Amino acid sequence: MNIIDLLQYYFIQKAFLAGAFVAVICSVLGLFLVLRKMSLIGDGLSHVSFGAIALGLFFGIYPYYLAVPLVMLASILIIKISEKAKVYGDAAIGIISAVGISGGVILASISKGFNVDLFSYLFGNILAISNTEVVLSVLLSIIVLATISFFYWDLFSATFDEEYAKVSGIKTNMMNILITLLTAVTVVLSVKMVGIMLVSALLILPAVTALQFGKGFEASMFIGGVVSLLSVFIGITTSFLLDVPTGATIVMVNALMFVFALLLKKTKFLNV
Amino acid sequence: MQQIKMENILETKNLSVAYEKIDVLNHISISIKGGDFVGIIGPNGGGKTTLIKAILGLIPLSNGSVKLFGKDIKEFKEWNRIGYLPQKHSTVNLLFPATVEEVVTLGLLSQRKWPKRVSLDDKNKVTEILKTLGILELRGKMLSILSGGQQQRVFLARALVSSPDMLIFDEPSTALDTKSRESFFDFIRRLNKEGGVTIILITHDTSQVNNYVSKLLYIDKELVEQ
Repeated sequence: MNIIDLLQYYFIQKAFLAGAFVAVICSVLGLFLVLRKMSLIGDGLSHVSFGAIALGLFFGIYPYYLAVPLVMLASILIIKISEKAKVYGDAAIGIISAVGISGGVILASISKGFNVDLFSYLFGNILAISNTEVVLSVLLSIIVLATISFFYWDLFSATFDEEYAKVSGIKTNMMNILITLLTAVTVVLSVKMVGIMLVSALLILPAVTALQFGKGFEASMFIGGVVSLLSVFIGITTSFLLDVPTGATIVMVNALMFVFALLLKKTKFLNV
Repeated sequence: MQQIKMENILETKNLSVAYEKIDVLNHISISIKGGDFVGIIGPNGGGKTTLIKAILGLIPLSNGSVKLFGKDIKEFKEWNRIGYLPQKHSTVNLLFPATVEEVVTLGLLSQRKWPKRVSLDDKNKVTEILKTLGILELRGKMLSILSGGQQQRVFLARALVSSPDMLIFDEPSTALDTKSRESFFDFIRRLNKEGGVTIILITHDTSQVNNYVSKLLYIDKELVEQ
C-alpha cells in the first residue's frame, strides 16, 4: 500500500487534517513553554484533562465540552496558586495535576461503567477521531494560532526579557495568563492524538529539536512546525502500516527527529 | 523627539521603597529636566538600582509618587519615550533563539498598539541604529553567541531605536573594556549634547562621569547629596 492508497481512507484523511492543525499549535506554543521553563505545564494540564474527561463521561456530557473550560480554569489556578501561596510554578502544577488525576480515578471507581472509555484517552487514538472532534480541533487551532499571531511581539518580548517588556508597557501578567490558557486548549486537543500520558512530548520535542538549529525565533517557530507536521504524517502512516499505536509512534518519530538534529549539531553540520 | 528641554520630565516626591517591611529607599525627592545628564552614584546596596526600578514602575512604592513627562506613573503610557539599559541582563533569557535584528526590533514594537507588525520603515530604523553603533554585520547573528561587549551594544541599540527622549543606564560599562568604555561614554555624551536626550546614568566610574554630568546624585538609602 502506498501513500495515495492510504489517503483514500476517510479516517486517515480526518487524522491527517486534525493532526496537522494540532501539530502546528503544539510546536508554536511549545517553543514559548520550553523557553519559559514551563515545559511540564503540559503534563500537569493533561492530568487535569483526565479528571475533566472522567467528569464529562460521568454526567454523560461530551468530554471535550467539559474538558476545555475545566482545563483552562486549572491553568489559571496554577498561576494563582504560585502567586498567592508563594510556591514555585512546578509545585503548583504538581498540586493541580494530582487533584485532576485523583478526581478522575474516584469518578471512574464510582461509575464502574465508563472505565474503558476513560482509559482510551490515556493513550489516545487519532485514527478514531470523530467528525465533531475534527471540527473542534481545526477551529480551536485556528483561534490559538490567530491569538499567538496577534500578540506575537508581546509574547516574544515577555518571554525574552520580562523586565524590559514591563518597561515597554507590556502587561506581562496578562501574557503569562494568555500562554497558559492557550496551553490548556492545546493540551485538550492533543489528548485525542497522543493521549494524556504523552501530551507533553508533543509540546516539548518539536521545540527542542528546532532549538538545535540555532536560528532566530521566527525561524525556530517555522522549523518546529515542520518537525511537528512531519512527525504526525510519518507517525500516522507508520502506525497504520505496522499496526502499532498511533500516539506512541508520533512521539517516537518526534524523538528520533530530535536525536537526528542533535547528531547533525554534534557533527557541526548545522554549523551552530 | 519632542521639544522638552528645561521642562521637568522626571519628578519623584518622597519616594520610598520597602522590601518585607525593611526600608530600602527613604523619601527621595528629585527633579530632572529635559536635556539634563544626571549621574547617580553611591555605595553598593545603597538603592541606586532600586530607585531606577521604582521610577520605571518595576517595583511598587511604599510611599511617595513618580511623575514621568508630567504624568503620574500610573497614568503614563508613552513608554517609547524612555530607553532603558539594565545593569546586568539577568532577566534576559540568553538561551532564547533571538537574532540581533529581532532583539533590536523589540525596542520599536513593544510600545505599539495591537496587532503589531514590522514595517519597512521599522526595518530601516533597525538598520540605521545598528550602523550607528557599528554592529550592522551582526544583524543576523544569534545574541547568545556574541561577546558581553557586543551584547551590550545590541541592548543599547534596542534602547535607542525608538529615539527616546530619556535614556536610563544602570552601570552600562561593566561588560566593556577601557577603549569600548570611552567610546560608549563619548557616544552618550554626544546623544545628550547634540540630540538633547536626557541621560540618567548609574555608575561607579566617577572619574568618567564627572566630565559629562550636569547633575550628580549620591544615593545611600536616601538622597545624601545633590
